[in-house]
Amino acid sequence: MIRFIILQNRQGKTRLAKYYIPLEESEKHKVEYEVHRLVVNRDPKFTNFVEFRNHKVIYRRYAGLFFSLCVDITDNELAYLESIHLFVEILDHFFSNVCELDLVFNFHKVYLILDEFILAGELQETSKKAIIERMGELEKQE
Amino acid sequence: MNPFSSGTRLRDMIRAIRACKTAAEERAVVRKECASIRAAISEDDPDYRHRNLAKLMFIHMLGYPTHFGQMECLKLIASPGFPEKRIGYLGLMLLLDERQEVLMLVTNSIKQDLNQTNQYIVGLALCALGNICSAEMARDLAPEVERLLQFRDPNVRKKAALCTIRIIKKVPDLAENFINPAAALLKEKHHGVLLTGVQLCTEICKVSTEALEYLRKKCITGLVKVLRDLTNSPYAPEYDISGITDPFLHIRLLKLFHVLGHGDADASDTMSDILAQVATKTETNKNAGNAILYECVATILSIEDNGGLRVLAVNILGRFLSSRDNNIRYVALNMLMKAIALDSQAVQRHRATILECVKDPDASIRKRALELVYLLVNESNVKPLTKELVDYLEVSEAEFKGDLTAKICSIVEKFSPEKIWYIDQMVKVLTQAGNYVKDEVWHALIIVITNAPNLHGYTVRALYKAVQTAGGQETLVRVAVWCIGEYGEMLVGNSGMLDVEERINVTEADAVDVIETAIRCHSSDLTTRAMCLIALLKLSSRYPSCTKRINDIILQQKGSLVLELQQRAIEFNSIIERHEKIRSALVERMPVLDEATYSGRRAGSVPAAVSTSQGALPKIPNGVVKPASAALVDLLDLSSDADQAPSSSGGDYLQDLLGVDLAPASQGTNQTDKRGADVLLDLLSIGAPPAQSSSSMLDMLSSGQDNKSAVGMLDNLASPSAPSAQASSPGASSSMMDLLDGFGPSPSVPVAETNGPTYPSIVAFESNSLKITYKFSKEPGNPQTTIIEAQFVNKSPDIYSNFVFQAAVPKFLQLHMDPASGNILPESGNGSITQKLRVSNSQHGKKSLVMRMRISYKANDKDVLEEGQVNNFPRGL
Repeated sequence: MIRFIILQNRQGKTRLAKYYIPLEESEKHKVEYEVHRLVVNRDPKFTNFVEFRNHKVIYRRYAGLFFSLCVDITDNELAYLESIHLFVEILDHFFSNVCELDLVFNFHKVYLILDEFILAGELQETSKKAIIERMGELEKQE
Repeated sequence: MNPFSSGTRLRDMIRAIRACKTAAEERAVVRKECASIRAAISEDDPDYRHRNLAKLMFIHMLGYPTHFGQMECLKLIASPGFPEKRIGYLGLMLLLDERQEVLMLVTNSIKQDLNQTNQYIVGLALCALGNICSAEMARDLAPEVERLLQFRDPNVRKKAALCTIRIIKKVPDLAENFINPAAALLKEKHHGVLLTGVQLCTEICKVSTEALEYLRKKCITGLVKVLRDLTNSPYAPEYDISGITDPFLHIRLLKLFHVLGHGDADASDTMSDILAQVATKTETNKNAGNAILYECVATILSIEDNGGLRVLAVNILGRFLSSRDNNIRYVALNMLMKAIALDSQAVQRHRATILECVKDPDASIRKRALELVYLLVNESNVKPLTKELVDYLEVSEAEFKGDLTAKICSIVEKFSPEKIWYIDQMVKVLTQAGNYVKDEVWHALIIVITNAPNLHGYTVRALYKAVQTAGGQETLVRVAVWCIGEYGEMLVGNSGMLDVEERINVTEADAVDVIETAIRCHSSDLTTRAMCLIALLKLSSRYPSCTKRINDIILQQKGSLVLELQQRAIEFNSIIERHEKIRSALVERMPVLDEATYSGRRAGSVPAAVSTSQGALPKIPNGVVKPASAALVDLLDLSSDADQAPSSSGGDYLQDLLGVDLAPASQGTNQTDKRGADVLLDLLSIGAPPAQSSSSMLDMLSSGQDNKSAVGMLDNLASPSAPSAQASSPGASSSMMDLLDGFGPSPSVPVAETNGPTYPSIVAFESNSLKITYKFSKEPGNPQTTIIEAQFVNKSPDIYSNFVFQAAVPKFLQLHMDPASGNILPESGNGSITQKLRVSNSQHGKKSLVMRMRISYKANDKDVLEEGQVNNFPRGL
């Protein structure tokens, strides 16, 4: 299962953090700091998987943002790498060429998209089209 | 608009915060906003609640505390409108988690929302529940969720399914209720619901064996069909990723098969076809395909054995290994570690590729590959593998060297086929990465070296050469210094050369140079310097010509600020200058260190697979064996024996003065037992050194003579025995340490012809098992000295081995013993042992001889000790 998802920029500012396990605030900050340190210095030629405490962090860098997923040791890393990419594609489609500022000013929408994509630490929907349509329906409810 | 009123739009607040140039500014802005939000909360203002919570969430994301907003979430959730509920749930998930008690208050609201008809609201509630519910909430709301698993809208169904996963994780007992609905989900057509249904079933099977059984019986064929349809399905644009339709669903189905097939042969059978199809048909040029293949391999390796499938799986992993993509290689290495447990042969085929991965620039890949290589090593491939690893050690990075060194040493120790190879490899490792080698490892190396006497010359020469080039590796220097100290004469004399060696010209001065460099080098630590000092002492005896120079070097350490070095320097200096006679005895060859005892003492010891080339390990009399590590680091190595030569000095040692434990083990082909352990602690009586230690070891390989030490029962008069006849310098006989005046060495004179009056022989001792007869003769012109020929006869039907005779005499007598003719006494008088003793009576004529004796031997694997006193000497001796 996914334990948390973190989006950070190169300076370490967290743009999105969703935890599927209970953690204290201070622990959350610590985790974010450590994950940032782990991924920001890695050479791009290296693998996208890093050991983190007793779990694994699967990360990928898109422009200035690091998308990090923390999963259990036994999970399929390649699959989660694909899911990161799918999420980015969804964001890209939703915000039309998404950039970091979009994510900053519309953070509540990003969370909503995330909640349509992943729930309880597992994948909920794999069709980009379905998720975008759903977001559209939800917007109409507002 | 006042930017700081509670009416600030979210967007404006974000802009204002981003415009701050310093942290202090940002804190000020945030504080103002929080204040106005707090004010709005206390006014219970409904209009801007929505916006305020959004602002609060942003502030929370920046890292500021926002507890005061938690109740706002609850109020928003309780509102009837969708937008409020939405932001309320969002806030709830962000600001709260399951451990907070406030969460309980939401239970009722959630329950109501779950029962609504508006699927969007139901969806919101399920989402919140699935992400953060606690165990109590799970229990309370499980029935609702169960009902929702069959809701008409697929979005709700899939959320309900995932929510159920969390519920059964929190409350496993509830799993039974969900088995049927979960199984029903597997028949769904909608991918999203199917996906979540599959995930739910996987979870349920992990938690409940009942579910596992049920699903195995009822659903496997259905699932196989689903996967088959999926694999064969035509292009579906909605779910297509890199040419594969919904790879995530593929992967989840494979995971479910993993759980269902593990431990069940029938299930494994049913799924083997589709697994083979997936394994062979999936495209591998994109990550999505590889992800599916990876999952497929993982499943194949965990279900019950189907030979063909396993081979297929390992081959896929082999292909992954040669991929250029680091990610793929990493996962392949991971999975191979699992595969090696199941089918090590198949993995061996990919050994070369794995070895390549050890040299990869990526640290995680290197680590994985090294562990895998370690698992792959066996007797047949150890040599080429080690060669590769040692070659790589040269070029590897510093932080990897430690790991690599440890693994190489471990492999070499476990699997080395012969000693010379072991020594070679270790010298190479020490040269490259000596500083990373752990203490136990080089201690073990030294033990192996002592156990390989035919390799001593080779080893010391190899180490000498190595230390010329790699003097910076401290461990190498230590081992080299020890060996040069021990086998210095072999280094200079080129003795014991093997065919593969070339002659090298090393003078004594060169050898001393090495040690001098080591001791002077400022980076040498205490252990190294201490070992240098001992080695120098040994060399002063083995290289007599260098004694002055060695003494000078030692003298320099006299003023060392480290107590240990100072003490050693002073003591050794004293030995060199004033106690020449016993020096060679002190620094004789170390006895062979007992591997078994030593490796038993090491924590987590690797079994000493390197067997000794000699016969059995030495017997340890009285159980006093110094572990090698102590031997090396402790003070004076007092050896009493050469490796092979059983000739021993007396086992009397300088005990308290130099604070040394014994290393009494002597190794002889006939397993001489050393009585030397019988040291009377207060008697600082010293054993006579046998042959000069500078004589080559081969010379020491004299007859298997047993030497005994006289146990000085009485003060001052232990008469040690001289070694075999070739020793031309008999040692000093007894002396006290401090008064090392040394008696004049009594030359080992061959037994004189019997001149002078003859004396009748006596039976010195007789028991049920043994009889000792003394025959007397006197040297011409020397009435005070009597030569006794003792004869030992075995009266019992058992053979005695390790036969040792010891004698002691009162102060006015002086006793000197020659080696016995042997130490095996055949049974029932079929043979005998003879031994010559020489007694000098300073009170000749006034007092007659008297003697106490102690005999020890081994019969029937038991040690026997007999004692007696001889009072019936003829008068006038």
